[in-house]
Amino acid sequence: MKMNEDKLILGGHEFTSRFILGSGKYNVELIDAAVKFAGAQMITLALRRANSNGEGNILDYIPQGVTLLPNTSGARNAQEAVRIARLAREIGCGDFVKVEVIRDSKYLLPDNQETVKATEILAKEGFVVLPYMYPDLNVARDLVNAGAAAVMPLASPIGSNQGLATKEFIRILIEEINLPVIVDAGIGKPSQACEAMEMGAAAVMANTAIATAGDIVAMAGAFKSAIEAGRAAYLAGMGRVLTNAASASSPLTGFLED
Amino acid sequence: MVRINGNDIEHMEGKSIAEYLKEAGYDVKRVAVERNGVIVPKKSYEEVVITEADTIEVVSFVGGG
Repeated sequence: MKMNEDKLILGGHEFTSRFILGSGKYNVELIDAAVKFAGAQMITLALRRANSNGEGNILDYIPQGVTLLPNTSGARNAQEAVRIARLAREIGCGDFVKVEVIRDSKYLLPDNQETVKATEILAKEGFVVLPYMYPDLNVARDLVNAGAAAVMPLASPIGSNQGLATKEFIRILIEEINLPVIVDAGIGKPSQACEAMEMGAAAVMANTAIATAGDIVAMAGAFKSAIEAGRAAYLAGMGRVLTNAASASSPLTGFLED
Repeated sequence: MVRINGNDIEHMEGKSIAEYLKEAGYDVKRVAVERNGVIVPKKSYEEVVITEADTIEVVSFVGGG
């Protein structure tokens, strides 16, 4: 497959970028450059009580044509997630929602059961639902049945930059689930994003790795390259691994001493 | 008295949502409004009038993952 024919399809929308960029924890004035260097076509946002003091709204900093992916952060159960998603849609920026239900304040791990409930309600209401989840195969299947457009398993705790701690379980989801698997949360370095893509992840979402980098915009670009490299490698098909053996790469004939 | 975004505010009764948002300096295109747990559609901002003991939430997008 040629790379330019390789599309990520979510709820009937096509994307050529496989990098979903977060917008938290850095200056909104860097968003435009970060989106461009990331080559991102989708950016996450949160919903909060509005300030009326006339400060610039984050939407004024996001380039045209970028799909908005509001999250339901702050929701502690399905009902709260549904409420936040409906409010987000009412602002008028599309039907995408990243369902995120968290009631663990130390490790910020998602509540899978409540996530399934919220996904079912929102999918029925026409949302394109991308649920953030702990990588559990049974739950992923429930999310498929609930109408999710993708599943977003965590790599490690949100904002930790610890990388692919759940790697083998994400691999199972990639093998078994017939929906895009988008690795979310905890990816700390481009090499980890690349590894996720090499495994066959459909996309990677990153925020803190970029927001806490020395040069935010440059790191957004580094992630773009890593994600593209990982995807290209996945499509190319990995070379085989030999254990307890070697295989010469150079010819075994025509040596000078022969 | 009404409660807006967690603050008790006097003398709001009788104003429409549109009037309140304008006076408070919100950008109507960038917010969503909930009144007593029910979303107020943008097209209804002129007609929906704030009444005593209402609880109103005005929300917008911020940076997030």
